[in-house]
Amino acid sequence: MKNSAQKEFKEDFQLEEPLAPKKTRFQEFWLIFRQNRLAIIGFFIFVLFFLSAIVGLVLTSGQDPLFDPARIRLQEKLLPPLAKPNLDSLAPEDVPAIGFYLMGTDDLGRDVFARMLQGAWVSLTVGFVAVGISVLIGIFLGGIAGYFGQHYMRINHIVLASLFIFGVGLIAVQSPHLGAACLVLGFLLICYQALTKRKPRKKSMPSWTRFLFKNAISVDTLIMRVVDIMLCFPSFFLILTVVALLPASIYNIMIVIGLTSWMGTTRFVRAEFLSLREQDFVAAVRALGVSNYRIIFRHMMPNAIAPVLVSATIGIATAILTEAGLSFLGFGVPPPHATWGNILSDGKRFIFDAPWLTFIPGIVILIVVLSFNLFGEGLRDVMNPKLRERH
Amino acid sequence: MKDNRLISVQDLKVYFRSNATTARAVDGVTFEVDREETVCLVGESGCGKTVTALSILGLVPVPPGDIAGGRILFKGQGLLDLDDNNMQSIRGNHIAMVFQEPLTSLNPVFTIGDQISEAISIHKNIDTGTQRERCVQLLRDVGIAAPEQRLNDYPHQLSGGQRQRVMIAMALACDPELIIADEPTTALDVTVQDQILRLFKYIQKTRAMSILYITHDLGVVTHIADRVYVMYSGVIAEQGFTSQIFNHAKHPYTRGLLASLPSRSKRGKRLYSIPGSVPDPAHKPEGCPFHPRCPHAIPSCWSEYPQMCDYGEGHLARCPVLFEKTKKTIDDK
Repeated sequence: MKNSAQKEFKEDFQLEEPLAPKKTRFQEFWLIFRQNRLAIIGFFIFVLFFLSAIVGLVLTSGQDPLFDPARIRLQEKLLPPLAKPNLDSLAPEDVPAIGFYLMGTDDLGRDVFARMLQGAWVSLTVGFVAVGISVLIGIFLGGIAGYFGQHYMRINHIVLASLFIFGVGLIAVQSPHLGAACLVLGFLLICYQALTKRKPRKKSMPSWTRFLFKNAISVDTLIMRVVDIMLCFPSFFLILTVVALLPASIYNIMIVIGLTSWMGTTRFVRAEFLSLREQDFVAAVRALGVSNYRIIFRHMMPNAIAPVLVSATIGIATAILTEAGLSFLGFGVPPPHATWGNILSDGKRFIFDAPWLTFIPGIVILIVVLSFNLFGEGLRDVMNPKLRERH
Repeated sequence: MKDNRLISVQDLKVYFRSNATTARAVDGVTFEVDREETVCLVGESGCGKTVTALSILGLVPVPPGDIAGGRILFKGQGLLDLDDNNMQSIRGNHIAMVFQEPLTSLNPVFTIGDQISEAISIHKNIDTGTQRERCVQLLRDVGIAAPEQRLNDYPHQLSGGQRQRVMIAMALACDPELIIADEPTTALDVTVQDQILRLFKYIQKTRAMSILYITHDLGVVTHIADRVYVMYSGVIAEQGFTSQIFNHAKHPYTRGLLASLPSRSKRGKRLYSIPGSVPDPAHKPEGCPFHPRCPHAIPSCWSEYPQMCDYGEGHLARCPVLFEKTKKTIDDK
């Protein structure tokens, strides 16, 4: 019977032929992106910047770099761009590798081109790492808020969280006994809950424990109000304060910028998740027995990533600007390491004598930030399915 | 006999609570599906068919929804008492579901091969090469041409019928004992609908699994069902074998549904329709839920909730009025 059914089936069903156009996503993507000329320009500057930052890192670091950003030649100070070095007064190892000063020299006779190359790497890493941190936090919190938003934090959760925070805090301010007590109490509470969860919940529990299981605040409300609070801070001043307290280093700056700029991503991801959660494919995947976290991060996240990617591109531009601003104010990466911000800041004393010291980093920052913004806007156009149909 | 029972739902009650009202979407549904049997759940929109299906898989969203009572026994195991982890190992593995909208039920960013093999990889410990072979076999089984190439296609490159076939392949991926098909042909046109129905029949025959088929289309029911449950307003109005329901309907609602089917003998006449509409699940009428629309209603229908009346041979209907009438005619004879 099985064979006959199979035979009948073969005759009946294998009629449908593939009809859909064979174009990969990337080809489709490129076809639309190509038409946006500004975005293409932005993209190429982005690639150029990326390459020069990496090349710059290689050429300006190490024991005997090709372009030495820290080499001081006091007799050659404040030379304009494209100036030839005076070979008579200069030791042969002090002569720049390309034979002239492409972007001039600063007040200590350091090669501005070498310093710009070194600074490019700082800008690049600050931009990418800071945005990476903020996107990770944003995706995680936004995903939780969007997917589990309707669930409620119960009073016992809040008690637990505050116990642990107090415990760690007390240990941090050198009162280990109280802190340890808090942690042990929290641990006992977890054990107690694990035990009571096994039994069917009966009304025989004492009334004060039932109070612990009251709903306090929804997860969505909690996360989104934290976002609102974070947005209320003037973030540049928050960064200034934190950087003033912490030892100045490039990593601290990356982390601080990242930790103060995740709110936009959280909002995007939450909004996307609210609409994705109701879609049929999520229900279908749940019916297959996929766990919640796998649904969030494997199935829903790729669908929500488009606006995040766009805002991340623009976020990189903002992070580069913030870092330059901090360096300009003297809170950034400590000298002698060059960044675009502190080249600008050093040059401002000589703005009338040596305008290239301010104009070159200023214009480079402008171009890079602008190209990131244009590229981001282009990406948004490509990823928006409504705009896509026009092409 | 007892062994033959795959799933039995007993007096299931699913309520949706909001601030002011409680919508009794499913209000005491009892039914069984045996092994290797195709059972249809028929009813109008809003009568609780889908909610019943979702609650079998534990997919009713719990903050608004509430399983207010009843039991669901799957091979003797109570599904409502299981925790999340155990439920996840049942879903897809033992009970799979095919949804109504093939156009939106596939994740647009993954290839169909990824999606089918995910279903396998979650429940079965198989290496990726074997998974791929199995995907190809599944796609071939559900009648997709050139499955090796199709495996790398994205859902938007497939037609609606093909997508529903892929959904069925996903449901079949772990060889479940029961497939719940929630109006799988509603969004498809008639020719494709016919193909999909035949596919279901074929699967049922060759794989020896049970199908719980949810639909509002009586035409579909005659095609594939062994037994039929007619649902109305969250309860089973009538149940029986397909021929019993279609030839000797004993509930006025079922009769109304059958009368409203177009047929050749009714050509040129105005099509019958049951007056009124399904009651709001938050404000159900007292007594028999069907009485405001019923041509046979007598005063006791206003106040008394009707009990199931047994006509023998597995045919039951929830209408004592017609039961009395039939008995009388039998007695008269």
